Amino acid sequence: MAIVSRGFGGRRRGGDEKLPPGQYLVTDFPVLSAGPTPRVNLDTWELRIAAETGQSRSWDWAAFRQLPHEDITVDLHCVTKWSKLGTAWRGVSLDTLLDGVATDAEFALARSYGGYTTNLPLADLLGGQAWIAFSYDRADLDPEHGGPARLLVPHLYLWKSAKWVRSIDLLTKDQPGFWESLGYHNYGDPWREQRYWGD
Amino acid sequence: MARTAVLGRLTWQVATVTAVRVQTPTARTIVLNVPGWPGHRAGQHVDVKLTAPDGYSAQRSYSIASPPGATTLELTVQRLADGEVSPYLADVLEPGDQLELRGPIGGWFVWEPTSPGPVLLVAGGSGVVPLMAMIRTRARTGSRAPFRLIYSVREPDTALYAGELAGLAAADAGLDLTYVYTRSTPLGWPLPAGRINTDILTAGQAAPPGLAVFVCGPTGFVEAAADLLVDAGYDAQTIKTERFGPSGGQP
Repeated sequence: MAIVSRGFGGRRRGGDEKLPPGQYLVTDFPVLSAGPTPRVNLDTWELRIAAETGQSRSWDWAAFRQLPHEDITVDLHCVTKWSKLGTAWRGVSLDTLLDGVATDAEFALARSYGGYTTNLPLADLLGGQAWIAFSYDRADLDPEHGGPARLLVPHLYLWKSAKWVRSIDLLTKDQPGFWESLGYHNYGDPWREQRYWGD
Repeated sequence: MARTAVLGRLTWQVATVTAVRVQTPTARTIVLNVPGWPGHRAGQHVDVKLTAPDGYSAQRSYSIASPPGATTLELTVQRLADGEVSPYLADVLEPGDQLELRGPIGGWFVWEPTSPGPVLLVAGGSGVVPLMAMIRTRARTGSRAPFRLIYSVREPDTALYAGELAGLAAADAGLDLTYVYTRSTPLGWPLPAGRINTDILTAGQAAPPGLAVFVCGPTGFVEAAADLLVDAGYDAQTIKTERFGPSGGQP
C-alpha cells in the first residue's frame, strides 16, 4: 500500500501513455556515463563482431559508413527515470551487421572504447530492434552521447545502448556487463520496470 | 570489480522524516529513520517515491549524504525551479512525514574506507552530496587516506555543508578543501570568480600513485573536469563520474 505524500500533487507532463512505469518526460538529453568520455579516433576506429566459433568480421569507419543505414525514430527510457520521446537517429541495423554470421550463440556482450560493457540476449539485437547509430537529430553523434557510434536498443533501458561501441561478442553463456554486475537488472525491460536485481 | 552493490531484491521501504536542516536558500537536508535499512557504501544513492492522493506517483534518485553506520539516513536535496519532486522535498516535507524509498543503489561510484590511497573529489554544486558521504566516512572510520575536495559553487551562500567542511578540514591535515567560485567570491577572496581549471584540479602535480578520482555534478561540469584531468595525464580508468543533466537522474 503506497504512502500518500501529504501535499504532493505531482505534475503530469503529458505523453503518459508512452511512459513506462516510474518514468517522467524530459525534453533535453541528459548524459550518464561512469567515467570520462573516451577519445575515439576515426582513423583507428573499428567495429568488430566476434562469434563463439572464433570467426569475426570487422569494419573500419569508411567501410562501416558504406553499409546501408536506416533512419529511426524511437523513445528512450533511462533507468534514472527520464524518458525522451520521438528521438531521431540514423544507424546500421544489427540485422545487416549480423547477416550471414554462423552462430549458435544466444547471448551478446557489447564492448566499448573506454572499457564499458553491457550484455543482452542476441534475439534482442535482431528483428529490427537494434542499430549501431552514428547520427542523432540529423547531426554527427556527440562524443558525450556515444559518438562516433553507439549501440541503440531502445526497447531496453538506455544503459544497454552502449556508447562508443567497438565490438559485439556472441556468446553461448550469458556474461553480465558493467552495470549488470553492479546491481542493475540483467535484462532491463522498462515496461516491466526491471531496474535492479530482483525487479 | 567489487560485486557487492545490491544483493537482494530492492523493496520499497517506508521512511519517516525525523528532522530537516536548511543548508542554503534552495537546499535542505532531510534526516530519515528507515527501519531495517540494510546499510550502504559511501557514494551510493536511493530512489525516492512520492504518491499523490489520486495514486499518481513520481520517482527520483538522490545521493545519500550520511556515512554508513549512522543511525539515520540523510539526503540533501537541491530545489530545481522546474522540478516535480525536489520542490516538495526541499520545501514541503516536515518532520513526522513519511515517504517511500528503496536502496542502496549503485556499486561503482563508491569509496571504501579500507582503501589507503589518496582521493581527489571534484564537486559541482549539489554534486558534493555523495562526496560528503565519503568525507564523513573517512572521518568516522579514522581513515588516514589523503583527501582533497575541490568544490565549485556559483557563490558562497550556495555551498552545502560549509560549516561542517570547514571544521573537518581545520582539525585534519589529511583533508584539503579548495573552493572555486564561478559567479561571485567571498569578500577578500584572492582570485576572481572563474571556472575550474587544470591548475586548480592538479595543484601543479602529476597524479600520485594509487589515486582515485570522483567527479560529481552537472553534465557540463563533469565533462569539463574529467577532460582537464585526462589532458593533464591522469589515467581515465581511475576517474569515476556521476553526472546529472538539468532534468537527469539526480537532483
